[in-house]
Amino acid sequence: MGIETEYGILAVHDPAANPMLLSAQVVTAYAAEGLAGGARARWDYSDEDPLCDARGWRLDRGAAHPSQLTDEWEQELAEADGWGITQRRRPAPTPEQGTVSNVILPNGARFYVDHAHPEYSGPEVTNPRDAVVWDRAGDEILLRSSRLLAQIPGMPEVALYKNNTDGKGASYGTHENYLMSRDVPFGDVVAMLTSFLVTRPVITGAGRVGLGQRGERPGFQLTQRADFLEAEVGLETTLRRPIVNTRDEPHADSERFRRLHVIVGDANLLEVSAYLKLGTTSLVLWLLEQVGVPVDIASLALADPVRAAHQVSHDLDLSQPLDLADGRTMTALQIQRVYAETVAAALEQQGQPDEITADVVRRWLDLLDRLATDPASCAREVEWLAKLRVLEGMRRRDGIDWDHPRLAALDLQWSDLRPERSVYRRLAAAGAVELLVTEEEVEHAIAHAPTDTRAYFRGECIRRFPDEVSSASWDAVVFDVAGERNLQRVPMPDPYRGTAEHVGELLRTHADAGSLLSALAGSAT
Amino acid sequence: MSSQQFENRREPEPPEDEAPPAPPAPAAGSDTEVDSLLAEIDDVLETNAETFVRGFVQKGGQ
Repeated sequence: MGIETEYGILAVHDPAANPMLLSAQVVTAYAAEGLAGGARARWDYSDEDPLCDARGWRLDRGAAHPSQLTDEWEQELAEADGWGITQRRRPAPTPEQGTVSNVILPNGARFYVDHAHPEYSGPEVTNPRDAVVWDRAGDEILLRSSRLLAQIPGMPEVALYKNNTDGKGASYGTHENYLMSRDVPFGDVVAMLTSFLVTRPVITGAGRVGLGQRGERPGFQLTQRADFLEAEVGLETTLRRPIVNTRDEPHADSERFRRLHVIVGDANLLEVSAYLKLGTTSLVLWLLEQVGVPVDIASLALADPVRAAHQVSHDLDLSQPLDLADGRTMTALQIQRVYAETVAAALEQQGQPDEITADVVRRWLDLLDRLATDPASCAREVEWLAKLRVLEGMRRRDGIDWDHPRLAALDLQWSDLRPERSVYRRLAAAGAVELLVTEEEVEHAIAHAPTDTRAYFRGECIRRFPDEVSSASWDAVVFDVAGERNLQRVPMPDPYRGTAEHVGELLRTHADAGSLLSALAGSAT
Repeated sequence: MSSQQFENRREPEPPEDEAPPAPPAPAAGSDTEVDSLLAEIDDVLETNAETFVRGFVQKGGQ
């Protein structure tokens, strides 16, 4: 699993500054100044296929909106060996450009410019706690990038925001990715997930001041994102945003794997909200892989999922009855409880779950209990309640209503990455929210990849051989070794290979990239 | 959710797992905690909130 975040961006002294240029300046500053030895490796688009639809077809490139074309194509010289390493013609040298829009980091992440936002796509991790650790590392990397940029004479002071809307009609995404078995029919994914994704904001919502895409009505709602959802299922991510996204681009062996791309979520500052967002969603997908869609969950189908998503987000009392397809009504909490109890029962049958899984289920059930009886007690764990708590405090103290600009400013500055400007950081410093990971873990995750996925091989190659890795993608690392006639591409179609256990010894015993590649080519996979 | 519910909120039990303990919450009632948080938030908020909010314009993304 993993998290990708597009950050809001603003020049502090020039709100009208071009966000595409600012984003490129932020990424360039980190590539040039933030990494030991600089960053040479660029993103390799040759394996991307953003127009492939999980329902079984590809969108014609001519019919695609320009914002859907996230790939470029390169030619490949096929010549496989033991690891499937292939040779690729070295491109003609191009003059070094002034800005860099795309780098791979030693922690296995991709840091780049997506449209008009800087985006951090965290490395692949195997559990929700690690997802939080490398997500927090991303926040820190973005903050450091802006600090490095500000130190360069003539460059702007940039503020970055981990939110998903400007309150004026624009939304930008925080996406989750889950590796799944290809054996599960996509129709079952939709049936299993729709009611879950519509109702999970009771725990995962980041909270938002303003109702409607443009915030045209005063008020508060659970999520940043719900008002921008307009379809039940679809390929788009930038327009007509769907509850279940069908982009079928596994970045892995497509015979075995599917990557479920979840685009409805909010960017979370609260660690418990992020942890449970990834943890509960992956457990629901685990259940789907184990048993298909259970009858109890199939019966939760909503009459109008898009309308229900809006209703859930606008229901601060958590009491709104949602119309089900079979004519019954249930609240979001009741629907979540069916999911949680069904998952808990299935886990019980499987014997002792691992520690993190047990913790996720315990917290999930406990929060659903307390959200029903004493929601204010959840303000240390649930982001929208933490935010609402201080907004309500300010409203009460100052006698102001929801249309007051101070409340909108508080909402925006909640997510400012600069600690001295961040409302969230004030709560964290005061112990008013629960923290799950330590600063030491975050610091380590800035420079190191998770050890138990292929991100380890990618990240370690970047860290050890910054001059020899010419590009990389999620499922390949391309080397440019001095003296070799061609570039050499190491494919990584299996996300569970390339771990420390798998290649740690090889990396330790081969101090240079050339001998590592020879060893890989000579070894059985 | 009414503000009344927040005034009456209790401090939750500490989490049972082995995560590092959160810093202790203030011993005084939650009103005090929110009030002192608000004082700190006042120092952080942009002095001209209206101008800041109006200037916060983003391009749409994914």
